[in-house]
Amino acid sequence: MSGLKRGGAAIVGAAESDLGQVADGMSPLDLMAQGTQRALADCGLALKDVDGLFCATAQSRLSVLAFAEYLGIQPAYVDSTIVGGSSFEYHVAHAAAAIALGLCNVAVVAYGSTQRSIGRRQASMREINPYETPYRPFMPSSAYALAASRHMHQYGTTREQLAAVAVAAREWALLNPAAWEKKPLTVEGVLSARMVSYPFTVRDICLVTDGGGAIVITSAERARSLKKPPVYVLGCGQSVTHNAISSMPDLTVTGAVASGKEAFAMAKLGPADVDAVELYDAFTLNTLLFLEDLGFCKKGEGGAFVSGGRIAPKGALPVNTNGGGLSYCHPGMYGLFLLIEAVRQLRGECGARQVKDCDVALAHGNGGVLSSQSTVILGSQATV
Amino acid sequence: MQTQTPSPLKTYTDHLERGELAYQFSPTANRAVFYPRVLCPFTGSDRLEWRVSAGTGTVYATTTVHPPEGAPFNVALIDCDEGFRLMSRVEDIAPDQVKIGMRVRFRVHRPGGEEPPCPVFVPEDKR
Repeated sequence: MSGLKRGGAAIVGAAESDLGQVADGMSPLDLMAQGTQRALADCGLALKDVDGLFCATAQSRLSVLAFAEYLGIQPAYVDSTIVGGSSFEYHVAHAAAAIALGLCNVAVVAYGSTQRSIGRRQASMREINPYETPYRPFMPSSAYALAASRHMHQYGTTREQLAAVAVAAREWALLNPAAWEKKPLTVEGVLSARMVSYPFTVRDICLVTDGGGAIVITSAERARSLKKPPVYVLGCGQSVTHNAISSMPDLTVTGAVASGKEAFAMAKLGPADVDAVELYDAFTLNTLLFLEDLGFCKKGEGGAFVSGGRIAPKGALPVNTNGGGLSYCHPGMYGLFLLIEAVRQLRGECGARQVKDCDVALAHGNGGVLSSQSTVILGSQATV
Repeated sequence: MQTQTPSPLKTYTDHLERGELAYQFSPTANRAVFYPRVLCPFTGSDRLEWRVSAGTGTVYATTTVHPPEGAPFNVALIDCDEGFRLMSRVEDIAPDQVKIGMRVRFRVHRPGGEEPPCPVFVPEDKR
């Protein structure tokens, strides 16, 4: 974003809370707090250092108030921007701006959800759209399925190509001890799974898990004196194109075109410079769309691009290295986990799934029904 | 007394009660606006005219929803010939036989009870 300084802020702490199926009675705030405690321990800062608080959750109406109260802090700056799963990529840009302006010094961005434990219907308020709800689309799956129908129609994309995204995600997940899914998956396994909204079977769709986490952001200067190597915020970009799928201008082109352009311009980098790519894969289609719209391949060529294991662990481009929302974890809004994985890859903490010589990582968040897009480009010390 | 602006949704639903698919037209932008609203999203003006659609259009996108219980059904996005798009479904045909590019014609669906009427579509060659 113009106005933000490349590398002016850095992520210094990152951690997940408990994931998967959490203990009985745990609340979203418990998970946010657990993530925060772990992320602060990760960088050696304490709760008393935190003066900026950022969070979003579908399970608390005034989440940042509830969370500040829980933590026992009175932050100088708060932001509970909620634009769906990409909220946390927006929070990174907002935190970097707030830190640059001196509105806060140490920002925590946190998330928590118990949607698996309490059920999806309980976890988010049902919203009636008088122009869509009467047709009983299974949301959000049917919205993305409509987009998939266009991509298949215009570019000849096949169900097998979509399935290749789920298979690659599963291969990465098998290298991640924290991942929910533990068994191999094949293209045939994706295609023959229970159909939800054509062309998507349940294996084309993200998991329904509990989970949460937090990251800690501060100025580049302060970051250099902390426990772990700083992960610099090199570029940020955002785009909001619509809310309902019936108002999306072109179902094959997302706001990632604009958000990616903005983020790469700020980072003074291009797709070829990115070592690890973390994309919000709520559906197999998303990975394909974002690879196209962020410039990793041409529009319409995503299907061919993801085939043949190119984005799998031994492929040319490491994508969704934690196993993604499809196989690692997906607690309602997944955006924060993209950032956590990008940070860990840049620090070289990823063990069996570590990308070699990882200096630039991209985290791309998606919210609503392809509605809000936010790209964050992060870099190691070598990039600044 | 202050003049109250009629609800765009109410006006739309009143048209449907009469068997009509209504949409708004922005004379300044010279294009259709849908869903109905109090300002034109292309110009910001509140000058919007109500028009009744001829009810013909083309399937833009389609999916078949497989509910946990009950029969699969269609959900589609329809591009009406006047230049607006809406969510609907195509009836009188198997849901998986609804194809992008298919020509369709509007008819009003009246669920009854408290539910307001809504537009659905059928293949153009069926009446």
